[in-house]
Amino acid sequence: MAFLHVENLTKSYPGNDAPVFENVNFTIDKGEFVCIIGHSGCGKTTILNALAGLETASDGILTMDGREVAGPGLDRGVVFQSHALMPWMSVIDNVKFGVRSRWPDWRKTQIEAQAAQYLEMVGLGHALQKKPSMLSGGMKQRVGIARAFAIQPKMLLLDEPFGALDALTRGTIQDELLKIVQATAQTVFMITHDVDEAILLSDRILLMSNGPRARIAEIVEVSLPRSRTRHDMHHDPRFYRIRNHLVDFLVSRSKDPKPADETHPPVVRPGETEPAPDTLAA
Amino acid sequence: MKNEHGKSLLLSVVLFALFIGVWFVATQPKESAQQSAAQDEYAALMGKGAAKSGGFPPPQEIGKAIVTHLSDPFKDNGPNDKGIAIQLGHSLGRVGMGFVLAILVALPLGFTIGMSPLLHRALDPFIQVLKPISPLAWMPLALYTIKDSDLSGIFVIFICSVWPMLINTAFGVANVRKDWLNVARTLEVRPLRKALTVILPAAAPTILTGMRISMGIAWLVIVAAEMLVGGTGVGYFVWNEWNNLALPNVIFAILVIGVVGMALDRCFAGLQKLVSYTE
Repeated sequence: MAFLHVENLTKSYPGNDAPVFENVNFTIDKGEFVCIIGHSGCGKTTILNALAGLETASDGILTMDGREVAGPGLDRGVVFQSHALMPWMSVIDNVKFGVRSRWPDWRKTQIEAQAAQYLEMVGLGHALQKKPSMLSGGMKQRVGIARAFAIQPKMLLLDEPFGALDALTRGTIQDELLKIVQATAQTVFMITHDVDEAILLSDRILLMSNGPRARIAEIVEVSLPRSRTRHDMHHDPRFYRIRNHLVDFLVSRSKDPKPADETHPPVVRPGETEPAPDTLAA
Repeated sequence: MKNEHGKSLLLSVVLFALFIGVWFVATQPKESAQQSAAQDEYAALMGKGAAKSGGFPPPQEIGKAIVTHLSDPFKDNGPNDKGIAIQLGHSLGRVGMGFVLAILVALPLGFTIGMSPLLHRALDPFIQVLKPISPLAWMPLALYTIKDSDLSGIFVIFICSVWPMLINTAFGVANVRKDWLNVARTLEVRPLRKALTVILPAAAPTILTGMRISMGIAWLVIVAAEMLVGGTGVGYFVWNEWNNLALPNVIFAILVIGVVGMALDRCFAGLQKLVSYTE
């Protein structure tokens, strides 16, 4: 039994007859890292917000850990695209704000220690008392990640967390995220536009077709070993096969994926030498 | 930068000296106005006694008035001869009371309006109509219903302070970044804690701006209100000295009003700086 179930999720806005996305089905297992890729406007953020409980879908069922997702909650940590730190609080106060919300009965020192520990983990032990405005974009995003991790959620939701960062910073933070996720076996759902990032981090990648009436066209299994790193990943021939498959999809196939009533998308493993029948047909 | 500061200060001093100089020259007794004894007597009979109405007072008389008033600011020789500090105390007391009352009403109400678009739309017409009313227009109504001139003064301050605060609080609260509210939602922060730890600090700069505007208006209004109501206060002092035809005292009071108003504004500027944040 999967940890997270998404069944026939549909979102339409009043006044628009075509839903943004419809019949979205997928599952995420405990400890799995799943990325979702698709062009702008296909409703990725809406799906993430629905998982976070910040938005309600028009139709469909969301269950996590056997319970229906109704509204936001502390069992899911969210890292926002715009980091969403409170600028009037210091770095550690931002993280403590989350920790105190999660464990209101904790003593001050305990809250402080928890917050400091997670900031240390993202490499910000030296900047605890700084205001967010004094930090670079990458550091701010790390604080956002620390805040989400520090409440020890059952699942982490990341909305394109590195989108606004330069390539070098992005690489470092990806490495850190990878390390932390591997160490904590955190279940993660992440939106990204970066194909390499998706391959580096995920176990599976959900490919969304273009909106309106977007849906999950394919689920790509990343068959690289979990111990992959940014440095050795591109020496593996499987990496390029997966990468090409993803880019092909985004460039040519996302506009017009196969059967529109397909509710359970095919699972493909483009990394393996024998291409799946699905890719041949495409 | 430092140099620029010095230059502007120097220029200010020069301008001030120039102003005093022109004033001094313009208020010199005119040579050609030598009048015969008969003319003097006529003038005295007409109530234009030369002893009192020497025309507009020259700057040295203002200086004398400043020294006299500041040397004994706490004197109290009956209702028409109180020291400037006592008068200021009365004015500031009224402004303070009215202002605090306005905060007590405007902050919670502004919060509610800011959080609820429905209430905002419902109350907006009332606010739009009430806001442009001159606070002094309320005076007769206040005097009639409250039947106490002192309280009426406080009420007038309250009514003129409340609108900028209310509007700015509502605006600040309504425009708190959605992201911060979403953070609070995902962390299941309870409403009261959310209001105090997220919305209030986020809206604080806007709220303080409203308060600063309110204080400026209140200080403008108190002078006029005290002229009307009488009894005590710096506004009454101005009116009283006008009735005495003691223009140096009037000018002195005008200066004091200006300086105190500036000091109040500086205070709020400081508070604003305290709660402001850079994103």
